This record gives sequence, C-alpha cells and structure tokens, in this order.
Amino acid sequence: MTDIAQESAEAKPERGQAALDRAAAVKSLQRREGWKRRIPLLPALLFTIIVTQVPFVFALYYSFTDFNLFGEARKLVGFENYGDLFGDMFFRDAAWISIQITVLSVLLSLVVGTGLAMLLDRKFIGQGLVRTLIITPFLIMPVVASFVWKNQMFSATFGVLNWVIELFGFEGTPFATRYPLYSVIIVLVWQWSPFMMLIVLAGLQGQDTSVLEAAKVDGANNWGIFRQITFPQLRPFLELGTLLGAIYLVQVYDHIEVITGGSPLAKNLPFFIAQRTQIGFDFGRGSAEAIIVVIASIILANIGLRVLSNLFEGD
Amino acid sequence: MASQTGPVLGENKVVSLLLGIATWIVGLLFFFPIFWLVLNGFKDNLEASTRPTLFFSPTLERFRELGEEQAGVLSFREAATNSFWIVLISTILVMLLAIPAAYSLAIRPVKKWRDVLFFFISTKFLPIVGALMPLYFIAQQASWRIEVPIVGWVWEYDTLLNTRLLLVILYTAMNLPLAVWMLRSFFAEVPKELIEASQMDGTSLLGQIKSVILPIVSPGVAATALLCVIFGWNEFFLAVQLNNAGASTLPQWVASQETSRGNFIATLSAASVLATIPVVVAGWVAQKRMIRGLAMGAIK
Repeated sequence: MTDIAQESAEAKPERGQAALDRAAAVKSLQRREGWKRRIPLLPALLFTIIVTQVPFVFALYYSFTDFNLFGEARKLVGFENYGDLFGDMFFRDAAWISIQITVLSVLLSLVVGTGLAMLLDRKFIGQGLVRTLIITPFLIMPVVASFVWKNQMFSATFGVLNWVIELFGFEGTPFATRYPLYSVIIVLVWQWSPFMMLIVLAGLQGQDTSVLEAAKVDGANNWGIFRQITFPQLRPFLELGTLLGAIYLVQVYDHIEVITGGSPLAKNLPFFIAQRTQIGFDFGRGSAEAIIVVIASIILANIGLRVLSNLFEGD
Repeated sequence: MASQTGPVLGENKVVSLLLGIATWIVGLLFFFPIFWLVLNGFKDNLEASTRPTLFFSPTLERFRELGEEQAGVLSFREAATNSFWIVLISTILVMLLAIPAAYSLAIRPVKKWRDVLFFFISTKFLPIVGALMPLYFIAQQASWRIEVPIVGWVWEYDTLLNTRLLLVILYTAMNLPLAVWMLRSFFAEVPKELIEASQMDGTSLLGQIKSVILPIVSPGVAATALLCVIFGWNEFFLAVQLNNAGASTLPQWVASQETSRGNFIATLSAASVLATIPVVVAGWVAQKRMIRGLAMGAIK
C-alpha cells in the first residue's frame, strides 16, 4: 500500500507535467489552426480597415481644428465647429432632405418593386423579355438616368411628360425646377424599383407552391393568401431590399447634381458637405459635419445590422 | 424561372391574359425613357430639342462627332480607356481579396465569422462624403518612386490625385464588402460532406479548391464580379470629386456633353448610349444569376 502510495505520489508531478505539455501542444496546434483559418481573411480585412477607416480618423482630427484653405497654421479649436453646426439652418435642412429622400425612395421602390415582381411571377408570353426591359433602369448610369429624365421627360419645352399632360388639356410645368425634391425621388424610384423587383422575385420563386395550393383548396381568397402566406415568406427579402436600398440611397449624389444642380430644395447631406468642401474650403467645419453624419449613420447601421442578424438567425 | 404562383391562384384565362397585357404595358412604360434616349441619339440636335416626335430621319452623325478628338477636351476614347482599366483592375483586385475572405468565412470559418462579416458590411454604411476631405489630402500628398533594378521598370507617383490608381483603390474598397458578403453565401452552399470526402481521399487543399469548391461557386463569382463592374462603371461621385483632371471616366465624359451653348440633347443622348451599352448588355445576360446571388445573401 505504502509503496504504491509513494510511487503514485512521485509519479504525479511527472504525469501532471505530461498533461500540461500535451495541453500546451494542443493549444499551439489550435492556435496554428486558428491562424491558418485567419490568414486568407487578413488581406481583405487589412485593406478595408486602411482604406475605409483611416480617412475617418483624419476627419475626426480635422473636425477639432480650424483647418481651411486660407488659414496659415492649423490650430485646435475644440468643439467650436460642432457648436456652430447645430445652429446652422442649412445643415438641418440638408439633414431633413436626406431623411425624406432616403425614406420615400426606399419605401416607394419597395412597393413598386413588389408590384412588378408579383406581375412578373406568372406565365405569360414574353415574360423574360419584359423582365429584361424592367431591370434596365437599374443598370444604367445614375448620371445618364438623371439626364434622360431632366432633359427629355421633365423639361417644360420638350419633355415627354409635359407633352402628355398637355395632350389631356392641362398646363405643363418645369418639374425639375419647380419640384426638385420629388423629381429626384421619381428618378431614384425608377432606378431602384427594378432592384427591389429582382430581390422580391427571388423570394416569390422560392415559395412552396403546395402550401399555396392547400390554402386554395381550403377556400382562402387571394388577398388572404398574400397576407398570411406570401408576405411572411417575403419578409426577409423585403428587409434585405430595405437594407441594401438604404445603404445606397442615403448616399445619393449624382441625381441631385444633375437634376437640380444643387437646388436648396433638394440638397441632401452628402451634397451639402461635398459643396462645402469645394466652395467653402472650410475643412474643419466640413469635417465636423461629416463626423455628425458618420455618427448618425452608425446609429442607423446598428438598427440595420440588427435587422440583418435576424436574417441570419436560421443559421 | 422555378415556380409560378399565377396559375396556382387559379385565375381564369381572361384575367390571366389581361394581367399579362398589363405587365407588358408596365414594362414598356418602364423602358420608355431609355427607348426615347436611344431614339434621340439618332436625331439632329435641333430635332431633339423641339416638341417630342417619333418621325425624323435617323442619322449617325452624333456618334461620328463624338468619336472626333480635340486637344484639351476629354475624348470618348480616353474616357472609355480609363473606365475600362479602372473597372477591370479594381474588379480583379476585389475578387483576389474577397474569394479567400469568403473561404475563411464560410468553408473553414474563423471564430466569430459573423462579427467579421458585419464589420465588412458596416463599412458600407459610412457615408463616403465623410472621408472625402481626408482622402483628398492623403491622395494629394501620396508620392513614391519604385525602381525594379534589372528590368529597369520605374513606378512613380508625385500625387495620387487625378490618377487611375486612386480610383482603382477606392472602387476596390467600395465593392469589397458587397463582394465578401455575396461570395460568402455562395461558398456556404458547398456541401460540407463533399469537402470532408475529398479530405479523406487525401486531396490537397489546392486540389479541393479546384475540383470541389470552384465548380460550385463559379457562377456566384461571375455574378458578384458583374455587380462590381456595374457599380464601378457607373460611379460618378468619387470620380468627379477626386479625379476631375487627368483620369476622367465615362460618367464624367457623359456629363461634359451638357453645354451651356446651343442644343446638345441629341449629342448627350448618343454619348449616354455609348457609355451605358457595355454594362446594360452584361446585366441583361446575367440577370438570373444576380437574382440568385442577392437573394442568397438574405437566406443563407
């Protein structure tokens, strides 16, 4: 007994050491495996961090300085730029216009896109051709789309839209100058509905037709089927469309530049800040504005990402 | 198209026919502005700037004029060359960076791959205008000179402003998050059992990629690349802000056709047609794949 007890007492530290060694070996293996897995990711991650994050660090620094084209030395001014900004009527106007453009164009494109998808999701002659016609607005350059609408649709003198309106006996209006905000939104909806249509169409085509048939057999009407079966199935697709649409539409610049040329009635934040950089040369102030927009975007992005992580829940 | 809900809903033939006709009308209305644009490209500048008309004698004169080159004026050839190289190289770069990243996020996922994926997407939420000023100053001051000794190549930049390289870098950063996101969902479609089976057979990593993964993901890679091409080809904001003198791209060339003197609508239309055709045709060809790629981002 005592012998054995002695032996085991002697052996214990040794065995313990071996276990530790083994554990360390396993750990280093795991670490190596971890790095093996991480390495393919690193180039993309580093590139993204350097190109997309570093400029914002600079912007943050500029926003606390009186940096402008004419000043000799850059000096720190604390929160002065930020204080100025909240009293700035034009900044608040631009923020409000940004919200209107984003919300209205995302919602309208979703509604129109869903309608288009429902129409296209049935058999008829030339289905593929009509789908091709409808996605084309999404493919063309925003600059081109804006010019077409401004000069050839909206124009009071030779625009098709006014020609049609006058055909019905009404008086034409120069849409782009009289209603710059809505003109921009119309063109955005025209370009983005096809994109929403593509997403919703993918959702409709993934539907389980046997469920629909069963509901039909049970005597459900079309509206009931849409509301209780189709819509819940489309939800993740509609959310995806909202998210992607919002990412791009909140940053709209080209349409505003071409259609309104910077009318104060349709100047969103990106346009406003870009203009301040080009014309105002007040880089400190411009950076403060940009930082506020960044903070607002981060808040919105968090909401958006929460939506997105709901999409991933099934994983 | 996989399934059709229309017939399931059991409408009678008349309703079905009427809805088909309605869809055609909506489709034609949607396309009308583009049809009109193409039409105007074949008109006289004066004809295009009068009351709308369908009757005119078509002419190729505008397209011929646009092909002419004047010293000091951005020509079509120059802008198209710039656009071509910028989009081509940035798309290749995006793919070279995004494919390994997608592999790391889907097939042999790193810990917390979801957080990494969200980081990529979150960069798309940052308003690019916030980075504009710093980008301008960084690009202005960036300069280097690299000599390759034996071959004698010299790679030299005094500034990155107004260079194609700057737009290549920015477009790569602009498209990378979307590409990583889409490609991850395509890579996630590769059945785990297939990879394990090929591992059992002792296939090397490269062999696995070649024989198992690539055949499954290649349509997705193509769709993703196409989307990068579309966004890069059509990009205007960064080009006009940071690249207005020297490496201008096609959207800038189109915008430059709007002049304050005389009638320009036919010329502008012809220019628009020339600048948009490549991407529109590519999009037409790949529309189904694009649907699939975007939708899988929602589900997988």
